[in-house]
Amino acid sequence: MTERRLPPVTQLGMLSLALIVVAVIYLSAHLPEHVPLGPAIALLCASALVLAGNLFALSRVQGFARRRFFEVARWALLAYAIIAGMIEYVFLRNNTSGGPLVVLTLSLIVFALNVPVLIAFTVARYDQPEAPGGAEAAP
Amino acid sequence: MAHAAVTPSATAPRAAEGPPVALERPDFQIVPRAGLPIVAAVLVVLIAAIAANKLWPLMFLHVVGGATWTVIDLFLGFVLGPIIGRLSIPARVEFTTRLMPKMVLIMPTAVIVTLAAGWQLSTHLGTNLTGYSLHGWVVASYIVVGVMAVIALGLLEPANIAVLTEMKKPRPNPEVIERLMKRFIYTAGATGLMQVATFVIMTKLSTG
Repeated sequence: MTERRLPPVTQLGMLSLALIVVAVIYLSAHLPEHVPLGPAIALLCASALVLAGNLFALSRVQGFARRRFFEVARWALLAYAIIAGMIEYVFLRNNTSGGPLVVLTLSLIVFALNVPVLIAFTVARYDQPEAPGGAEAAP
Repeated sequence: MAHAAVTPSATAPRAAEGPPVALERPDFQIVPRAGLPIVAAVLVVLIAAIAANKLWPLMFLHVVGGATWTVIDLFLGFVLGPIIGRLSIPARVEFTTRLMPKMVLIMPTAVIVTLAAGWQLSTHLGTNLTGYSLHGWVVASYIVVGVMAVIALGLLEPANIAVLTEMKKPRPNPEVIERLMKRFIYTAGATGLMQVATFVIMTKLSTG
């Protein structure tokens, strides 16, 4: 099976997810004490940067099945927006507020964007890329 | 039920070195629509339990969700995985088209129920506060769940969707399906192993 050369989207996506997970664990582990937000913000920014870099690298790839990518990504985004919304609801229910809530909410947004990228990329990498006219390219 | 053909690739077994054999595969939905109302109902129950903040519903959802997640991971990784690997290609294709769509709905639902109910339960009991005597064990559970989440969301779930999308194609590539199925089974096994750590932590927390 021959494979196109693609950027390490899965690896970078997992790195971005891991940074978010560490940020959320850091915040959760300090409850209810005052949490210094610096480390969590740094992790969140690093995660968002990796996600942005991942999307940029993917946008530069020639011969990638973008239509399939967006088709899968939008449904996955809907599903993971619901999941992120459930987690946000739990935090709001427990009176999380102020800086920690902002960091947690932004972390959930990065999470909800990251997972659809990972799913859609895994699907689209095995799909035939579209020809310039919009039709599928010949294998 | 409609069927479509799957042509094995050059590396897949062929009948007596003859031309590629067209395999039958049942028609299926990548996301089974019949299951969506059940998922919606489970999420409504979860929201109600969190809003009510009563011990029993939270404990029920956390234990049932966690048991479902753990058992499926262990069973897929260590029981079904090796069996699927030894099945003939037609049997493997048929089994996969029946199992994987269900996993698309069951696993994310089990995970969100376990985590959301678990967090609310720990808030209700005060076990997520730094003053709790076993707080270190609770943080350890966050770390184990965090690692499992990264593996499941980064590798397992994308492989699940991708294998189903590949099988939906008019001429699926068996090599792609095999590679993705291996990834799915191995990551399920890896998270299954990590579930053993969850057992240790949860039994410690429940016994004090």
